[in-house]
Amino acid sequence: MIQKKLVDLAKTIRSKNAGTDKITFDIIFRNSKEYEQVKSSQVISKQSMAKLYRIPEDRISDFVEYDPAFAIKFTIYREKPSGSAGDADIFGAQQYAPLMDIIVPIDE
Amino acid sequence: METLKIICPNGHLGFAPLKVPSFLHGVEKKPDYIAADSGSDDVGPVPLGSDTSTSPKSWQRHDLEKMLLSARELGVPMIIGSAGDTGTNSRVDMYVEMIKEIAVEHKLGKFKIGYFYSEVEKEFIRNKINTGDAIRGLDNRSDLTLEELDGTARIVAMAGVHPYMKLLEQGADVIIGGRSSDSAIFAAAALHEGYPEEHAYYLGKVLECASFCAEPYGGKETVLGEISQNDVQVTAMHPDQRCTIASVAGHAMYERSNPYFELVAGGTLDMTHCHYEQVSEKTTRITGSVFKPAEEFRVKLEGAAKKGERFIGIAGVRDPYTIEHIDKVMDWAKDQVKDRFGTEGYEVHYSVFGRNGIMGDLEPITETKSHELCIVVQGIAETEEMAEELTMTATRQLFYARLPEVKGTAGSVSFVLDEVLKASPAYEWSLNHTMSAKDGLELFPTHMTEGGL
Repeated sequence: MIQKKLVDLAKTIRSKNAGTDKITFDIIFRNSKEYEQVKSSQVISKQSMAKLYRIPEDRISDFVEYDPAFAIKFTIYREKPSGSAGDADIFGAQQYAPLMDIIVPIDE
Repeated sequence: METLKIICPNGHLGFAPLKVPSFLHGVEKKPDYIAADSGSDDVGPVPLGSDTSTSPKSWQRHDLEKMLLSARELGVPMIIGSAGDTGTNSRVDMYVEMIKEIAVEHKLGKFKIGYFYSEVEKEFIRNKINTGDAIRGLDNRSDLTLEELDGTARIVAMAGVHPYMKLLEQGADVIIGGRSSDSAIFAAAALHEGYPEEHAYYLGKVLECASFCAEPYGGKETVLGEISQNDVQVTAMHPDQRCTIASVAGHAMYERSNPYFELVAGGTLDMTHCHYEQVSEKTTRITGSVFKPAEEFRVKLEGAAKKGERFIGIAGVRDPYTIEHIDKVMDWAKDQVKDRFGTEGYEVHYSVFGRNGIMGDLEPITETKSHELCIVVQGIAETEEMAEELTMTATRQLFYARLPEVKGTAGSVSFVLDEVLKASPAYEWSLNHTMSAKDGLELFPTHMTEGGL
């Protein structure tokens, strides 16, 4: 068993508005090997993402393992709609950073 | 036609200029249509609420000019959706005017300009609510109330393919659309030419953001979509970009909460069983999408409500003791605001960059390790005068915060400017709802005019 950071396994880690009330997160892998490694480690789940972002699970509207793109995707409800006064990330484009340091245990 | 080719040079026309070389490369492929979307709710509620564009006019004009000249030279239709970021009536008129100006400037021959509006009168919606035809909330929102409707400054409905198809049937050479689903502008062209719905809507879905469906990452480059009776193929026009299975399938989930379904006025594109195939270095082929017509015709509404006039203040902190007690510093300033303005009738927001300025409550890191902080202060009130004084109080009082052990007694923060800056008024998305409609044309009146000499 070795441990790797998600940032070293994924090709793309991003966040972006999905409409005015949600932010969606995409973790995309180069190939099925790394995708399956992360999927089978189960470190990314609805529960773990709620914990990481310190929100109740019902603020996560969707959690999808999307095989055609080797991607894991989840979406959260915003506390206030995008661009409301006080929102410092109108596009929701900088909310993914905490995902990068997630430790993934891998069977060799 | 065996196949139909559409090029898209920009995923949000005006937000940044299209890249000319890959666009001209796309034009060399002799497309049957040139189309781009020009709107997004990503830009926040201010442009819709205040009926302005966030994109500079010179960038909008740059792209319209490039597209118009190529479309007229090829003799093919040009389609623009969601004019001027928001697709309000004033933005449609502005784009129609720009097209006419460009045509005269370049002495283009006569051509037909079709356009349609997307704004919805509040009275129309009020009647719906009063007759029990609920304006249903999306994304966990409740049905729209009359109070929320009253507070809203401006509302647009999201068009599907219908007004575009009507204008194409009437022979429009250029179409300037009000607010519309991004995919509809491309799908309308394909449907107009007799291609099946499932491929037409997928074509729209994959082309809407231009080169975001290609890799490596690089925006504002042209992509070419080609539809047949049996499939869609998409090709990157930039010499270093490719449309791969991963980039195309990955794009299907971009900006969507779910990668399988795309809702448009009149139905849903189901991508659950899509099959992706790399047919050449730069081209991916897609089959297997399904289009399901909606049982009840409903149209999405977007609306923005004004919250007040807004000013911005900026302050910096370098003293480690002050950084450690930054909440106390802000509490002091908030108390001074309360002493002056009471507890209601205004909003003050502090974003503390270097701590959790970007993520707010979503930030998992609770310990501040930065040796300096930047505090952005936003003050919102009904009048400009009050918003300015409010923001000035909330910013300048950071300077006078009384921390018991502080060594620096000549000021708790640094100032880039000893003033506060007038910002756009604060608006909030008040409508993200759907409304019933008779059909896809009811809310979108179409018009025809002429350009050229």
